Amino acid sequence: MAECHPVGFQWVMEAKARGAKVFHIDPRFTRTSAVAHRHVPVRAGSDIVLLGALVNHVLSGGHDFRDYVLNYTNAAAIINEDFKDTEDLDGLFSGYDPEKREYNPTTWGYDSASEEPASGRRDESSRAPDLSAGDLSHEHGPGATYEATPSQTGRAPYRDDTLEHPRCVYQVLKRHFARYTPELVEDVCGISPADFGEIAEAIVANSGRERTTAFVYSVGWTQHTVGAQYIRTASILQLLLGNIGRPGGGILALRGHASIQGSTDIPTLYNLLPGYLPMPYAHEHEDLDTYLERAAGDTGFWGNKRAYMVSLLKAWWGDAATEDNDFCFDYLPRLTGDHGTYQTVLDQIAGKVKGYFLMGENPAVGSAGGRMQRQGLASVDWLVVRDLNLIESATFWKDSPEIASGETTAEEIGTEVFFLPAASHVEKGGTFTNTQRLLQWHHKALEPPADARSDLWFMYHLGLRIRERLSGSADPIDRPVLDLTWDYPEEGPQRDPSAAAVLKEINGYDADGNTLSGFTALKDDGTTACGCWIYSGSYADDVNQTARRKPGAEQSWVAPEWGWAWPANRRILYNRASADPEGRPWSDRKAYVWWDGEQWTGHDVPDFEKKKPPSYVPPPDAKAQDAIGGADPFIMQTDGKGWLFVPKGLVDGPLPAHYEPHESPVDNPLYGQQTNPVRQVFPRKGNRYNPVGGEVFPYAFTTYRLTEHHTAGGMSRFLPYLSELQPEMFCEVSPALAAERGLVNGGWATIITARTAIEARVLVTDRIRPLRIRGRTVHQIGLPYHWGSAGIVRGDSANDLLPIVLDANTHIQESKAATCDIRPGRRPQGAALPALVRRYRRIAGIPED
Amino acid sequence: MARVGIESWPVLRQLTGTDRLGRGEAARSKRTDALVARTEQADRVVSSVCPYCAVGCGQKVYVKDEKVIQIEGDPESPISRGRLCPKGSASKQLVTSPGRQTTVLYRRPYGTEWEPLALDDAMDMIADRVIEARRQGWEDTSGGKPVRRTMGIASLGGATLDNEENYLIKKFWSALGAIQIENQARI
Repeated sequence: MAECHPVGFQWVMEAKARGAKVFHIDPRFTRTSAVAHRHVPVRAGSDIVLLGALVNHVLSGGHDFRDYVLNYTNAAAIINEDFKDTEDLDGLFSGYDPEKREYNPTTWGYDSASEEPASGRRDESSRAPDLSAGDLSHEHGPGATYEATPSQTGRAPYRDDTLEHPRCVYQVLKRHFARYTPELVEDVCGISPADFGEIAEAIVANSGRERTTAFVYSVGWTQHTVGAQYIRTASILQLLLGNIGRPGGGILALRGHASIQGSTDIPTLYNLLPGYLPMPYAHEHEDLDTYLERAAGDTGFWGNKRAYMVSLLKAWWGDAATEDNDFCFDYLPRLTGDHGTYQTVLDQIAGKVKGYFLMGENPAVGSAGGRMQRQGLASVDWLVVRDLNLIESATFWKDSPEIASGETTAEEIGTEVFFLPAASHVEKGGTFTNTQRLLQWHHKALEPPADARSDLWFMYHLGLRIRERLSGSADPIDRPVLDLTWDYPEEGPQRDPSAAAVLKEINGYDADGNTLSGFTALKDDGTTACGCWIYSGSYADDVNQTARRKPGAEQSWVAPEWGWAWPANRRILYNRASADPEGRPWSDRKAYVWWDGEQWTGHDVPDFEKKKPPSYVPPPDAKAQDAIGGADPFIMQTDGKGWLFVPKGLVDGPLPAHYEPHESPVDNPLYGQQTNPVRQVFPRKGNRYNPVGGEVFPYAFTTYRLTEHHTAGGMSRFLPYLSELQPEMFCEVSPALAAERGLVNGGWATIITARTAIEARVLVTDRIRPLRIRGRTVHQIGLPYHWGSAGIVRGDSANDLLPIVLDANTHIQESKAATCDIRPGRRPQGAALPALVRRYRRIAGIPED
Repeated sequence: MARVGIESWPVLRQLTGTDRLGRGEAARSKRTDALVARTEQADRVVSSVCPYCAVGCGQKVYVKDEKVIQIEGDPESPISRGRLCPKGSASKQLVTSPGRQTTVLYRRPYGTEWEPLALDDAMDMIADRVIEARRQGWEDTSGGKPVRRTMGIASLGGATLDNEENYLIKKFWSALGAIQIENQARI
């Protein structure tokens, strides 16, 4: 965190100054480690074992926050008797289909036939036709129908409040994690029982009524074939300890780009519509009603899904969207499977994609499998690159590593390339959404130079031109384009569309054009329009709430008048959990929001209906938020509970299990199942995989960022200051590995995988420690991934070494753990480079390209 | 205080004055006294947000003669309290770096060099290509089910784009029927 989010790290130091204990768990020693109480090196790819052992420590020692767990989680829910755990099936959950390599999750559900009396209500949806289950995913492959964030399981299931029923979630969890012991942590993660004990004791001692523990993670947790399950394991731990929805608690994703949270909320992601509504999948007869049935549950705040969706359709298609035509729901294109960025690259290589837009993105350096990425760029008919600088994704046709090695030439690459210069952040107005869901408006300071324009300008004017060309078309496929609302007020000499007007549309307005106060004002009858329901309120009262900048020193520590956080300016999500079931703060020192006898109040905007008393019990047929009890904080969930066990929504299991990375130096001691059985693999030319273990690729490597550079370097390697500060690609190796391989500090090394070989300067350092794993020494190599063939400072790209292998939930690549060989000296040049890689593949027994 | 002759020598002032360490008054010169921070010469100061990581540090952008002359941390931000990291501190060069490409470039198929192209022409050519690729990749159905989409166009966006920009990207591509609309957020 001190390296990649340095200014955010000041708050960790503030916490430390007030007595917080700081652990840094990371394969390498960094500036974070230097000021933490303890740095604990871990083998990349083994975190579920560590976190699982912490869960086991909490459960077996009875350290859970029982009042919180019983009331706020699904610990008491009873699971289907047909459910089989990884502990029963040697690493598989029940429902696995080895042919299709996917799960049918029906046995993971709550029990609806139990004899146990329900303290809550019957699970109505479990008896309805199961629209979300495996039958649909069979059509489309893993992940096809699980894109909705909300659960689809309906109301609260049968419960056992004693938590003793053998099939209640609490007991299922206990059995599942029983083998995740400190000894296993030592064997798999390389963390000593003493170090583990110190972490375990610290988190238990710092959780409960009086204290909270926070976990902070970044892509070190997400970029794995089990990435979603890493986060899940932390969620289980934090729910058991009562650390969600409370100040100083949480699982905090430190996101790496100014508005990467915004890019998810208002998604340029294939599977989502704004506000986490799912993109529709293809079905024979699908209308708005059937879509909504599948999209989310009927209870909890997702129960208002029709209002969210109809308002979105009204924002996009305005007067053309009417009740009679299903509000133009048919105008939306349909999905049939994984259309994520890696699948798109494979489709480019297969010749299926004609045109490609890169807007502020440099996949030639920044995406895994760089050779495949560049091959994709070389395979499309035309490419539009919009950026500040001439990044490698724009210049690949003349300076890629494949040109240098002679594998291809510019004369052989048919891609027509348009480079359009972009406006910088000070040359346009607009909002970024930071890592804490805070929207902050940045004002335009001056006009961009020459041809540089904002992406807002580009999309708007491209849209105008396309609409002009299609005007008068009678082809029904052009109706969605022509009916689109696309009439933003223009400003300035370049006819920029007004970003404030776009934000107003995102916020939403009523039939009279008045801006909406928030998402609770949305209607499902077409009388409101709203481009992103969770952002509704960002322009409330016709005021740009995101531009508020009341100085921090002049307001409370929550600083509610700086920017605007979604939803409804709430700064901590699910903060009703900061109070006990009766609505009283768990303790004075952790008071955050509470029930004052008449309404919810406190330091933050309560993430709960203001007037709903803690004693509220929903009537049996209640819908939406009316179905959420007054003591159920997790208002987006159908049952208002935090899920320790996930009956639906994940494609790789209801509980996290440790699987080795796809490329691992060791076997999996827990299960016969070595790797996540539903991970997405793409064995083919250009994307060969290293075998598990073996002598050819004996070392583990992990990739990371440096303080002075930014991801694929488009915003850093082209700047003189930053280039000077961090001029050269390097690898970090331990003194032991340096001795083993003859690597010299300051000299060169060549790192080889089945994909390619790169060179890097050698940094021999104690910052990377060899670990004892499965009875042998495992060396890890650290590789920053910022460099490429263009820019002021140049070097080989670490991402070229990585394979394309994905988490099936998220379709994110495993770039934090893979294997390689390393040897001293520079890599071969020209044709000798692919020859070296071929030789390695042959020796390792990998199919020839 | 104007000094002339030998009295102006810093070393003498250090030895004879109260500033024995030579780090204060003794080291000052006329030039020192005349120095003015360039932030004080700005025509305007505009509130902004750092475009690198997602912490969201406040920035103050100093503009003089329609040029950015400095970018500094905003002490009023409750998030950053005036701090910027090396990247945020260097962000002025995002705007002013001499290597920044500010005009449109075009590379024709199988070409070996960039060529200049007018922005207006580039926009027209791109619009034409989008319409053509959209039709080439159009699918009314897939596996017998209606999809009404095009597989001919894909987009990958960075995550330093504004929300408003992402909104127009998603809105317009969806209206065109393009589904392969992706972002760094997947990566």
